[in-house]
Amino acid sequence: MTSTLARTGVIKPDPKDPSPLRIDEVLVRKMLVLFIRDETTKAGLKRAVVGVSGGVDSAVTVALAGEALGAENVLGLFTPYRHSSAESRAHAKALATKLGFTLEEVPITKQIEAYFADNGGDTAHRVRVGNKMARERKSIEYDRSWPDGLVIGTSNKTELLLGYGTQFGDMACAINPIGDLYKTQLRELATHLGIPGEIVRKPPTAELWVGQTDEDELGFTYADADLILYHMVDRRLRPSELIAAGFDAALVTRIREMVRKSHYKRVMPLIAKVSLRTVGHDFLYPRDWEAD
Amino acid sequence: MRIAVAQCSPALGAVKRNLDMHRTWIARAREAGAQLVVFPELSLTGYYLKDLAADVACAADDAQLAPLAEASRDLDVSAGFVERSADAKLHIAQGYWSKGRLVHVHRKVYLPTYGIFDDGRYFGPGDRFEPFTSAAGTVGVAICEDLWHVSTPYLYAAAGATIVLAPSASPGRGVAEGGDLGTAESCRLMDRFYAQYLTLYVAFVNRVGHEDGIAFWGGSEIVAPDGTVVARAKEFEEELLVGEIDTELVGRERARNPLLRDEREDLVLRNIAGRLGLPLERRD
Repeated sequence: MTSTLARTGVIKPDPKDPSPLRIDEVLVRKMLVLFIRDETTKAGLKRAVVGVSGGVDSAVTVALAGEALGAENVLGLFTPYRHSSAESRAHAKALATKLGFTLEEVPITKQIEAYFADNGGDTAHRVRVGNKMARERKSIEYDRSWPDGLVIGTSNKTELLLGYGTQFGDMACAINPIGDLYKTQLRELATHLGIPGEIVRKPPTAELWVGQTDEDELGFTYADADLILYHMVDRRLRPSELIAAGFDAALVTRIREMVRKSHYKRVMPLIAKVSLRTVGHDFLYPRDWEAD
Repeated sequence: MRIAVAQCSPALGAVKRNLDMHRTWIARAREAGAQLVVFPELSLTGYYLKDLAADVACAADDAQLAPLAEASRDLDVSAGFVERSADAKLHIAQGYWSKGRLVHVHRKVYLPTYGIFDDGRYFGPGDRFEPFTSAAGTVGVAICEDLWHVSTPYLYAAAGATIVLAPSASPGRGVAEGGDLGTAESCRLMDRFYAQYLTLYVAFVNRVGHEDGIAFWGGSEIVAPDGTVVARAKEFEEELLVGEIDTELVGRERARNPLLRDEREDLVLRNIAGRLGLPLERRD
């Protein structure tokens, strides 16, 4: 009983204690494999398509998809832009060799450059180019999912809550097995799944421009953000309570604002209600609505 | 006497398919020598129905439920459906069929409407806890959230139940290191506590499978009045769980530990009636 209370009863937020983020990897692995298998089969499909970047999020996703559906039913897509690193390619390939799924390389340089040649050229802001790349990649994943595959999402809970992703780009998917796990927890699960240490440990990057890393761009570490988000979201503590417990006030406020401002990315588009019954408002059927 | 728990995975909104699935599991329970088979909450329809609730609802005596009555000729069947009452209210219901006919319907009283639950938006609440005679003795039915309210099994025990059937659709959540699934810990604590301190059997009947990303965790169990786990099913996987109910054990435990005999229902009643300002006539 003591362990139960320590795990779920007492809340002791401490900026220096990451233990509240620890998960039971065996249980989580089982739940996520069954989730992918059940939701894919129910959709009447059998294959998974995963964008494999060489990073830890897609590594975990593709490993779980392979366990759920068999590696022979998993297609990994490595979609490099001209500045994508050789290390990313090597990591994606190493993963494919280790896990046994098919990895295809589909470069996106040509189409991205052709588009920006007529739409802003070199003056296009790097965020525009990065968003375009993310959406191009997702468009390829959806294309390659036809006719019997499902695009599996690779956005983790930290990215989803911070809105650190491109809407209808990397955030798009049919189902997402890892969206309820913080980055810190994903690293733990990755190690449990046998993902190579250099993939687990390297600095996370979307590689949308040369030298980009998530933590440089965000201005804080995943370790710090995850602990704040866990207490704020999972344990429902108010920002004032976190600050009182010793978390950095500016960081707590900033993260809270990032969550608020990005909420539009996490919900379906708003539909203007004019009729008696409206999709999303009061036409509320479950997605897993099965045929009799 | 042997009972079976059908830890199955109903298809959401597909009543005909689910009826076929029920027939298959009933046949398996029959082969296993069970005299009663219990299905989870809303086993004929699936749980997260939302607007589908109205589409799949039917009266308790509707012809589409006739196959269950038919199947109950040689073993009793408890299964979940959406009941449309005579005045057109929708209820989460658990029917009990025996010897070819429907003998009891329990309507879920406590409709969780918070967090991941939205029962109160789509359903009306039941208004009673009535024990009835079953193949396993005097039984009270507590559908999922009903069991989380301490008063539910208490009222059943006070009214003579020796077994509480708890058909559920319990979503698994809580994956912190160092223990079991959070929901599993809570449910097991509850089952054992009620069984041991009300000195009756508790049959927790959970489902498995996914609906819209939510996993039902299974882990069905039958707990005896002495607190021992008679049988427990696997987590997250389908399983026909079979367990023996020893009706004599209830008597032995109540002789050893006569908590129910000594229970002061009159005090409970006076206390609550007084607090609510309800008139309570003394009958002496």
